Amino acid sequence: MNKQELICINCPIGCHLEVTKTDQGLKVSGNQCKRGEIYAVNEITAPSRVLTSTVRVNSSFLRRLPVRTNKPIPKSMIFQAMEIIDKIVVNTPITIGDVITDNLMRTGVDLIASRSLSE
Amino acid sequence: MISYDIVVIGGGPAGLAAAIEARNYGVKKILVLERDKELGGILQQCIHNGFGLHIFKEELTGPEYAERFITELKSLKIDYKINTMVLTITKDKTIHAVNPKDGYMVIQAKAIVLAMGCRERTAGAISIPGTRPSGVFTAGTAQRYINVEGYMVGRRVVILGSGDIGLIMARRMTLEGAKVLCVVELMPFSGGLTRNIVQCLNDFDIPLYLSHTVTNIKGKDRVEGVTIARVDENRLPIPGTEIDYDCDTLLLSIGLIPENELTVKAGAQIDMRTNGPVVNESMETTISGVFACGNVVHVHDLVDFVTEESRRAGRSAAKYVQKKLVEDGNEFKIEALNGISYIIPQTVRIDNVDKSLDLYLRVRNVYDRVKLVIKADQETIKEINKRHMAPGEMEHIVLSKDLLQEKSFERLTIEVKEGI
Ligand SMILES: Cc1cc2nc3c(=O)[nH]c(=O)nc-3n(C[C@H](O)[C@H](O)[C@H](O)COP(=O)(O)OP(=O)(O)OC[C@H]3O[C@@H](n4cnc5c(N)ncnc54)[C@H](O)[C@@H]3O)c2cc1C
Ligand code: SF4
Repeated sequence: MNKQELICINCPIGCHLEVTKTDQGLKVSGNQCKRGEIYAVNEITAPSRVLTSTVRVNSSFLRRLPVRTNKPIPKSMIFQAMEIIDKIVVNTPITIGDVITDNLMRTGVDLIASRSLSE
Repeated sequence: MISYDIVVIGGGPAGLAAAIEARNYGVKKILVLERDKELGGILQQCIHNGFGLHIFKEELTGPEYAERFITELKSLKIDYKINTMVLTITKDKTIHAVNPKDGYMVIQAKAIVLAMGCRERTAGAISIPGTRPSGVFTAGTAQRYINVEGYMVGRRVVILGSGDIGLIMARRMTLEGAKVLCVVELMPFSGGLTRNIVQCLNDFDIPLYLSHTVTNIKGKDRVEGVTIARVDENRLPIPGTEIDYDCDTLLLSIGLIPENELTVKAGAQIDMRTNGPVVNESMETTISGVFACGNVVHVHDLVDFVTEESRRAGRSAAKYVQKKLVEDGNEFKIEALNGISYIIPQTVRIDNVDKSLDLYLRVRNVYDRVKLVIKADQETIKEINKRHMAPGEMEHIVLSKDLLQEKSFERLTIEVKEGI
């Protein structure tokens, strides 16, 4: 595993990147701009994603409240986070951006409401 | 009869942006009509992030993007009616609508903005042999069930079509504990954005089979399995390449069609390539004073483009009401040639163009390192180098008014030139 192929997702061009582990660190090729290199290094060393899902809500208007993490969380923690999210039940009123669960799995990342719901 | 300066039909991102822009251009009496129980359109069920990268420079979720516009609409005190279904509109701009509170309404408008969005192609639109048991859903319907109703549609899933909604749903169902066996795409390329292939399929090791299709659905009451097969260059299944999957759900992500019953009934001309109305530089249909924007005109993959286009429609409707829109004067047509499937707008009255003209187009194939050649009556006026273009990614071109005014011409054409 000295070489890995990736597709940059930072812009629609979608460069095919190749990351090689060398003694001087990671070497990225195939990128057409600097952002591709940053993406590739993050993707290899600490891949992370913003997680979006829903939680149960006691509401006369909706049965599920959309939520998201306010920052990316490590990719490896996504399914664990889903298990926690599955158990959450919230009450109205809710304002967009309200913290539903803070410091999710001690990542320092909060789970926040991604819409308002008055009743 | 109730009367308004501008009536907007549909309260999704297109309708909201058009109404807000028209108010900002000084129109007082504006009404938005929405058949759903709330404003926001399809965005309310699109809980994933990735909206607003261009306009807000942030990755918002669908509901977050919608809420920004709903809040602005309310703070500008623009009238709106929810649970209100528009039944017909006429050439003289009367609107017939119905809701449980007001009953049947006839509304007279000076200008109308059509923003009804689109609907999904269903299983009826394609021919898959086999039975039609329950467990076959369009991807958007499944999205609504899961994200809004909180009802899980299945456990073992095959997805036909690699459009963005299908890709998004592959990830969503996986996160909710389902096993997505594969995504099957008839064409040799995906119809979705690359970023969605990476984030929704590759992240979860979901295979994407290009040049494949579903050839059979098994099951009596509920789906029990599907068969997929490779297709040849004529998109016909190749015998001997079949693979059987045991699954309880088949999701279809096979395309969207602009929702234009109202538009057709009113008598506006429809473009066969977009399935939406023919529009001019002001996003005006062939009926004077009736404008259109968003997915009702052509299917967008980025909501930012919907917002940009809809602001233009709202601005134009305002100008129309204020009698500032130039109705005659020099006009030219825009035509899609080699490699281009369509271009919006289809006609341009140059007097109504401010500083520059925005064109949106889609190509027919995947192209690398090509040129877009723009000609005015045979004469090349601009060439744009393109590193990469794909049918799944809409192209936005801006032409300066100065360039368009150098000479008068009748026909502007755009084509793809390969081999550079
Ligand atoms: C599933 C899905 C995922 C997407 N993901 C992304 C993404 O990740 N990033 C991104 O930027 N874009 C995404 N898009 C694209 C973007 O969200 C859409 O292009 C945009 O929402 C279209 O806006 P619209 O207002 O034209 O249509 P809509 O949002 O569909 O709104 C149309 C509204 O009109 C109403 N209406 C229709 N007919 C009538 C009638 N007769 N009377 C009254 N009301 C009526 C409907 O109820 C609806 O509310 C996605 C689209 C879909 C469908
Ligand atoms: S490397 Fe740069 S040009 Fe290539 S896809 Fe990434 S952001 Fe786009």
